[in-house]
Amino acid sequence: MAAPPPGGEPGRWSRYLTAAVFLTPAFVLLGVWMVYPAVYTIVRSFFGPTGFLGSWVGTDNYKTLFTSSYFTTAIKNNAIWVAVVPAFVAAIGLIFAVLTERIRWSLAFKTVVFLPIAISAFATGVTWRILYDQNPDTGAINALGRVVSDAVTPPGVLSSALPSTSALQTHGGGLLLKTPLHPGGVALLGLTGIAPQDVPGGAKQAVQPTAKQGEINGVVWRDFKPGGGKAGVVEKGELGLPGVSIELHSSSGQVVQTAKTAADGSFAFSNVPSGTYQAGVGASTFAKPFGGYSWLGPSLITPSLLIAYIWIWAGFAMVVIAAGLAAMPRDVLEAARTDGANEWQVFRRVTVPLLAPVLTVVFITMIINVLKVFDIVYALAPESSQSSANVLAFAMWTTAFSGGGNFGVGSAIAVLLFLLVLPVLLLNIRRFRREI
Amino acid sequence: MSRRNIRAAGAVAAVVALAVIVAAVFGGTSKGAVKTNKSVNSVKGTVTFDGIWTSSTGQKPFQAVINAFQKKYPGVHVNYKPVGNNLPTVLATAVAGGHPPDMADIAQPGTIKQFANQNKLKPITYANSVLKKNFSPGWLSLGKFNGKQYAFVFKAANKSLVWYNVPAFKAAGVKPPKTFSQLLSIAKTIKSSGTPAYSIGGAEGWTLTDLFENIYLRTFGVSKYNALSTHKIKWTDSSVTTALKTMGKILGDTSNIAGGTAGALQDSFNQSVTNAFSSPAKAAMVFEADFVGGVILSQTKAKAKSGFNTFVWPQITAGANAKAVEIAGDLMVTFRDSPAIEAFVKYLATPQAAAIWAKQGGFGTGNHNMSSSVYPDSITRATEAPLLTAKSVVFDMSDNQPPAFGSTAGQGEWGLFQKFLQNPSDVKGIQQQLEAAASAAYKK
Repeated sequence: MAAPPPGGEPGRWSRYLTAAVFLTPAFVLLGVWMVYPAVYTIVRSFFGPTGFLGSWVGTDNYKTLFTSSYFTTAIKNNAIWVAVVPAFVAAIGLIFAVLTERIRWSLAFKTVVFLPIAISAFATGVTWRILYDQNPDTGAINALGRVVSDAVTPPGVLSSALPSTSALQTHGGGLLLKTPLHPGGVALLGLTGIAPQDVPGGAKQAVQPTAKQGEINGVVWRDFKPGGGKAGVVEKGELGLPGVSIELHSSSGQVVQTAKTAADGSFAFSNVPSGTYQAGVGASTFAKPFGGYSWLGPSLITPSLLIAYIWIWAGFAMVVIAAGLAAMPRDVLEAARTDGANEWQVFRRVTVPLLAPVLTVVFITMIINVLKVFDIVYALAPESSQSSANVLAFAMWTTAFSGGGNFGVGSAIAVLLFLLVLPVLLLNIRRFRREI
Repeated sequence: MSRRNIRAAGAVAAVVALAVIVAAVFGGTSKGAVKTNKSVNSVKGTVTFDGIWTSSTGQKPFQAVINAFQKKYPGVHVNYKPVGNNLPTVLATAVAGGHPPDMADIAQPGTIKQFANQNKLKPITYANSVLKKNFSPGWLSLGKFNGKQYAFVFKAANKSLVWYNVPAFKAAGVKPPKTFSQLLSIAKTIKSSGTPAYSIGGAEGWTLTDLFENIYLRTFGVSKYNALSTHKIKWTDSSVTTALKTMGKILGDTSNIAGGTAGALQDSFNQSVTNAFSSPAKAAMVFEADFVGGVILSQTKAKAKSGFNTFVWPQITAGANAKAVEIAGDLMVTFRDSPAIEAFVKYLATPQAAAIWAKQGGFGTGNHNMSSSVYPDSITRATEAPLLTAKSVVFDMSDNQPPAFGSTAGQGEWGLFQKFLQNPSDVKGIQQQLEAAASAAYKK
């Protein structure tokens, strides 16, 4: 330790020393964890993917960000996130906060709404991914859709069936035998593409129908046996399909008779007046079961992500706003009511303006959160939708670390992200100052 | 030279002289008397090894290999660190920081090539004799970069396989196909039987590139495959058009794919396997590598032979192309040279080392001096035996390419093949996009 320089006041150096001792840890930590990485990233963003030496690329990395569709999608999606999430989170939080003030089990309700915050975003992503699953057997949301859809249009007994020969042609959702029939004729309606377990119960060996005077007879059967069998021929081992509704069309295309097939798939239209007819299977037999919406597909993935994310954060907004509400002077509300304002006017003209500072906190927090959103995109979007669900933080990770290995462009995204967050941060700091 | 340095130099000289004398006396006698590998086994040192295998993916069997090695070389300690799938990133960072491990196993030849170009790897030419004894030239060429042997494939997976649901094949009355046209015709029959023929894990792009690669390999053979792998053939080439059109015969048969195209795009690889081997089956076939067997056994109730089986990727053009094998695997690389590292590399190239892991399953090797009877069951023998006899072997194409093009989720080849699955009729458009992405990645 050097001696204090002659002439200086005696306490000065020791005061500096004390200050230095107290400040050094903070400076070191800030320097190592904040300043150095930030500067390094900025410098790195002007170099190529592999390293510094001889790989100066100028602003090429930034140009890539605004020209490659992979990154422009990310920027566009980030804009959607910023436009949608803070507004919805604040609005839903406000509604919940105001409503919970008035209900009896408000604490229980608040706890439930707040719970998602306590779950890691990754777990939330996995949970919602299952909820959103397209298969109604696994995805809860599509299961609900199936309940509704099946009530409106029940699925047919043979939804996957296909005609076995080209003689059967599609006709208004059902199938129609091309060959014209006359009384005494026979209709062979062979179907394939039916899994053994999907054959309606009680099915028996199909029987080749015999022609009868004044009748049109026929059979609907699973025209398949191991190896394929002969198409259009009733063979041993091929089952009839019971319970299929058959329509007889007149030459003008009108349905004149209907029938249901028996256990061996046979059906008969009796007392058919002479003329030309066509037989076919009604559309209801082939009605497809509800297949589910592709929530996780490339076109719906961003809305799906937004819903899950709003679900997480609405509870946070509710709690913050509820705290603001609790601190609000009640006499102002009372005064407004006494002056004859109705509840909506009180809410609109008094509550919301008084809550403005709290709502600002929610907005700013959400904007920052949303700009750097990553984990839920990673956990919720299947790989095939990731390029459609892309956001900046996710693009940064894939480009720099996950296979991409391009630290130059990765750094450029990081810098862009920093620039986007910066104004919001400044706003926040100014607000802090004001409050102090 | 200062006084102190002179003294130090003198001491060094004395030690060297002594060493020479000792070597002359004892070295001479040991050479004459006992010709064991005792002098080799006295190798001392530590080898640090960064590996992809974690406790759930093969750390245990590899540790067994290490233990056997350490028994033979008591002076060497191999320090295995399970890094996991982000090993390439970890290694790239370690290499950039100047502190790579002594050894690593890398699954992407593209990454190895990058390290070799940066002169970060050490050639393993010292192991040439043991390598040549145990591996065919086709296998060794996979570890050659810039004309030098930098690596060799220690663990390999046979990717030229198709897995099928035995009851579904029986119900449809079809047999495993030998040719591609047979494959298409049995697929039609399977569809008529009521089960979609194909299950495709399109949510993960690599399952689609693997399908393309097998078709390309079976149609055009090894040399064209390797040329496309290294971008010597452009993606707009007519051979790619042909292969994509062939692939479209499968992907375009939408109603014959479990869940249709939209469903396939959301099915992970694991789901594509469970789709085909759960009961009742949602599909009859899965185009993927030997490791499908492990997924079937762990995630479904299907039993080998009675529930599931496998056949070699069907022939498209006759001749050698029909027997070529596409593999994925782990290549052993070294970042430093030392007697301990040399000993370990040489040991890993022996059939004994391969047998230790092969016995425990989940392991294939091109080490033709290892008997295929070592494999634990008949299915593994069936899937891994082709590796032992394969004359022409190619590495998974997407792993050969720059990672930005070949192996980044949602981007490059993976992302574009998912696009192709959505619209298999747009061959020309996909080719142009593939070429644009490839040339951008190769430029860097």
